Amino acid sequence: MQKKVFTIGLFACIVALVALAQFHLLDDYYLSVIMFMGVNVILAASLNLVNGYMGEFSCGHGGFMCVGAYVSSLCTVLMFSKNQMLGAPLLPPQLAFIGLPIALFIGSMAAAVAGLVVAIPSFKTRGDYLAIITLAANYIVISAINNMEFVGGPRGFMGMSATVRDMENMIDLPWMLIFVLLGMVFTIWILRRFVSSTLGKGVPAICQDEIAAEIMSVDTNHMKLIAFMLSSGLAGLAGGLYAHVLGYVNPQSFDIMRSTEVMVMVYLGGMGSLSGAAIAAVSYTVLMEALRFLDVWKWVVIPLLLILLMQFRPEGLMGNRELSDFFPKLRKYYSFK
Amino acid sequence: MEIFQNILNALQFGSFYALIALGYTLVYGVLRLINFAHGDIFMVGAYIAYFLAVTLIGATGGFNVGLHVSPAVALAITVPVTMILTALVGVTLERTAYRPLRRKGANRLYVVITALMAGLVLENGNLALLGATRKRFPDLIDKVVWNIGGVAVTNLKVVVIVAAIIVFAMLQFIVTRTKIGMAMRGISYDKFAIPLMGIPLDTIIVVTFVLGSGMAGLAGILFAMSYPILEPYMGALIGWKAFIAAVVGGIGDIRGAIVGGFLLGFIEIGVVAVFPSTLRDLFAFSVLLIILWLRPTGLFGVAETTKI
Repeated sequence: MQKKVFTIGLFACIVALVALAQFHLLDDYYLSVIMFMGVNVILAASLNLVNGYMGEFSCGHGGFMCVGAYVSSLCTVLMFSKNQMLGAPLLPPQLAFIGLPIALFIGSMAAAVAGLVVAIPSFKTRGDYLAIITLAANYIVISAINNMEFVGGPRGFMGMSATVRDMENMIDLPWMLIFVLLGMVFTIWILRRFVSSTLGKGVPAICQDEIAAEIMSVDTNHMKLIAFMLSSGLAGLAGGLYAHVLGYVNPQSFDIMRSTEVMVMVYLGGMGSLSGAAIAAVSYTVLMEALRFLDVWKWVVIPLLLILLMQFRPEGLMGNRELSDFFPKLRKYYSFK
Repeated sequence: MEIFQNILNALQFGSFYALIALGYTLVYGVLRLINFAHGDIFMVGAYIAYFLAVTLIGATGGFNVGLHVSPAVALAITVPVTMILTALVGVTLERTAYRPLRRKGANRLYVVITALMAGLVLENGNLALLGATRKRFPDLIDKVVWNIGGVAVTNLKVVVIVAAIIVFAMLQFIVTRTKIGMAMRGISYDKFAIPLMGIPLDTIIVVTFVLGSGMAGLAGILFAMSYPILEPYMGALIGWKAFIAAVVGGIGDIRGAIVGGFLLGFIEIGVVAVFPSTLRDLFAFSVLLIILWLRPTGLFGVAETTKI
């Protein structure tokens, strides 16, 4: 019974948030901050699988997010909106409820496949060289999208808001908020299940010692494949949600700066801590909004913050511990590991 | 004739990449650290050169101290002073950011993150301090164009290529023939045994950073003279490209940096000659990916063996 309290509480929170948004008690600014928070939680948690639990150094997360964002946007635009290049909508607007989740799913799958570009070289290389590969993957994705005329190239791509509008016309609810919150819960759920499963124990084993893990019958190549594809797939989900929240994407918003942001969140939260990643993502988003007045200096302060973090507390806020290690009483309600 | 023109351009581009790649490779060869801030040190070098040159020739935009030196003399002063000041920036970075981490024996990952962030601080600090307006580098030498059989050879291109080759020869000599070079190679071999042999570890590392950053400063001046528009993010992409060059050649090997640099120059110019120029980055990074996939240690690199 007590274990259920957490799940019930979580969904009560979601319903409360949605209700607040529905009755316009939250203004649009706070609403959008909450949605970006959700997207950031997905990004940080998914990167944490590779950078935290597996101990690799992947710095091209923005690239996978970009793939997810573009593919899912392309799907919804094809299905539900009129576009000069892609023609009239293929499906009636009533199907938007099914269409958006399917588009998000296809986007995630595409991002997971793009993750192969990094996963396969990771069989042979590790450490610094793998970091370069992920970075190159990020640049390749951005550069490829810049050269694709049918999604607008460097000018960006829009038309996704038609789908959201279709849904809101049918039933008047803040649909994107609901999808972002559900996506966030789904991400945390699937990552926690994966990491605490027997199969998933192989991921921290690779972090500890790859050769020893292999001797202990962990199929390291297989594990890497799963971890990279899961991580990039979830990044693709975040990208799809981000694109539909904004209604507009352009390749520059997924460049190395975005990847750095996600990395900051992961290392701020602590490597190998899901609750750490979530807390860091939320506090980072709040910090970014609070530091808005700094303007250009914001991008000096944030890297400096991370440098200081590396000097004085390299393990991040939580280290590899979960919330329950700090507040043991929480264990009654939820098993974090 | 077009092909010779392209080869010349490729050599010029390759020289820039090689000059910056040498800095990456020197630091990596000694510390096993990828100094991700190196591209931004190159940018800082270009800006230092700009302020020096403008101040010396008394143009607007610099510090008004009432100097009106002739451009040739200004160039003669700018080159060494920029190299020294840029080297100082590199050493400052090493002392404030990398050395404390090294002393603590921190995980290499933390050092890499620090390096990445230091690069961002330099870039955005520049943007915040100097604003987003681009700076125009003054003309310090008169452009001379020789027309050799239909190929337009400018004096600047020749200077750039010759500079890259001289720097390569000098660094190769330092690393393979001198005592300091021997110490550098020793540190990369075993960082713990070397201090026991009476070799001052920190001094050698500082020398490495001085050499690498000084070369980045030189590249900064030459780049600013060839492409006289300066902006804060100019170091980011060319830095990454130079890094690709270093990795392709086998990071940690001086010959690798120069071969990789020229190879990348040829690939880029070749791509632009055949395809639209927007595909240049795509090809450059794809080449990196394929080479790392097939030969993870680069062309000249030696695989590290780890003992269990």
